[in-house]
Amino acid sequence: MSLGPDDVKQIAHLARLQIDEQNIDGYASSLSNILDMVEQMNEVDTTDVQPMAHPMDVAQRLRADEVLEENQREAFQAIAPKTENGLYLVPRVIE
Amino acid sequence: MTYHTKSLSELSALLEAGDVTSVQLTEHFLARIKAHDGELNSFISVTEAQALAAAAEADAQRSAGKAGPLTGIPIAHKDIFCTRGVKTSCGSKMLDNFTSPYDATVVEKLQQAGVIMLGKTNMDEFAMGSSNETSFYGAVKNPWNTRAVPGGSSGGSAASVAARLAPAATGTDTGGSIRQPASFCGITGLKPTYGRVSRYGMIAFASSLDQAGPMAQSAEDCALLLNAMSGFDPKDSTSLEQPVPDYRAELGKPLDGLRIGLPKEYFGEGLSAEINNVVQTALQQYKDMGAEIIDISLPNTHLAVPVYYVVAPAECSSNLSRFDGVRFGHRCEDPKDLEDLYKRSRGEGFGDEVKRRIMVGTYALSAGYYDAYYIKAQQLRRMISDDFKQAFEKVDVIMGPAAPETAFNIGEKADDPISMYLSDIYTIAVNLAGLPGMSVPAGFSNNMPVGLQIIANHFEESRLLNVAHQYQQQTDWHKQIPEAYA
Repeated sequence: MSLGPDDVKQIAHLARLQIDEQNIDGYASSLSNILDMVEQMNEVDTTDVQPMAHPMDVAQRLRADEVLEENQREAFQAIAPKTENGLYLVPRVIE
Repeated sequence: MTYHTKSLSELSALLEAGDVTSVQLTEHFLARIKAHDGELNSFISVTEAQALAAAAEADAQRSAGKAGPLTGIPIAHKDIFCTRGVKTSCGSKMLDNFTSPYDATVVEKLQQAGVIMLGKTNMDEFAMGSSNETSFYGAVKNPWNTRAVPGGSSGGSAASVAARLAPAATGTDTGGSIRQPASFCGITGLKPTYGRVSRYGMIAFASSLDQAGPMAQSAEDCALLLNAMSGFDPKDSTSLEQPVPDYRAELGKPLDGLRIGLPKEYFGEGLSAEINNVVQTALQQYKDMGAEIIDISLPNTHLAVPVYYVVAPAECSSNLSRFDGVRFGHRCEDPKDLEDLYKRSRGEGFGDEVKRRIMVGTYALSAGYYDAYYIKAQQLRRMISDDFKQAFEKVDVIMGPAAPETAFNIGEKADDPISMYLSDIYTIAVNLAGLPGMSVPAGFSNNMPVGLQIIANHFEESRLLNVAHQYQQQTDWHKQIPEAYA
């Protein structure tokens, strides 16, 4: 599996990661090496093998929809980069 | 007094007897951190004032007759655990400015048991690494040879315990991050069964693999800590409702008739001859204690690393999408729009290895590739898990090396991700199968520690600890301290 600079740019965009132009080739080569290593998986026939999502095959536990936590907005927003009147601020989305 | 040469269990007895106070112990270890950590870099934060206040409180509790075995014992927490009011960086620039508003369940449980936090230990960024070199805060040095890595990702915890800057520490293990550094630093580390210890407040890397565990000087110490750390937690939806036994109860059981499985795949190409010798010597000692050695096969072992490098990056790419520069953590200067905010905050906040894994995961989960990578990996994961299932029909525990070599030098593998990944070749399958595993000091090769790995079936931590403890009654590898820190 070989990834080129454009593939890396596309993946980085999907992951919302800014990658410095000078590092693109390096990532293309290391990501390709990792995917080559992962290719070993194809040596094995896995037809009819049930995918394993949980080590103990346990399903996600559900609970009643009750409020258990108290509101801690102030504590949580105290560590936020930018807030105003209890809201998180981001650059304008709708002009 | 040389309190640092004593195990956590011995310190517990000293506290109980009134021969030392928690404040004295805490001062002693804080002084050791001050004296030695400049060289080792095993701590990211030292919480001196909080530690001393908590120690005074623990002493008051003891005077009031309300002390348990861990009351007043100082330990260190890996900086992956959220600690209220204390910086929790996860080894990343992304969280360099993050002060957690809450405690992880593990932290809370240990605090309730009376444990004192000395500080937060250094680690590979977001626990992604096997050498501690990916930390934003710089590499940790191995106390046995400061040119060598301590292993990773719980390298700061391992180094701090090996140098006796803390009697014990917490760690986390996603693909070997407790066992491999325990092996490299000559300490005892236990990765519990998946679901045994709550993951709440433990910054997530790969949620179906991550598990917290104790890193200490002996199996007995690990048992004491695991008693306090384990248990069902409604705040972690993958926590399992299993009763917590007293993990010390079976430590003394004789090993007569114990069936030890030796997977031939763990002794093949790539294993250093000297490590093989150390493991064989340990196996002979187990035979002398009445154990039977049985040859077994885990035929899909060679697939564990490839499967892991699909499953773990896939889960990490999803987990780390929460770091977006909006609610907490690093935010870039003057974002021009929302996409710029996301991209630059993440681009600046994450280091190279983290970016690499996010991109591998993003690729594996992207449209058209999901079946070929993620589903395929999950199918092979079942085959790897089934190998263990079959093995445990014939044997009680499985033994082998914890790592193919001793601690390598800083910089040696830093530019070669694949060769770094292969240093977890014997530990990764255990996470994929959700099994408990330990690394126990079993000797030295070129003056560097070698760990024996012991693996048990799901929820058989008691047996694991028993098997390790009996070995530690016959050997003193776990009592060795690097000369500079004795």
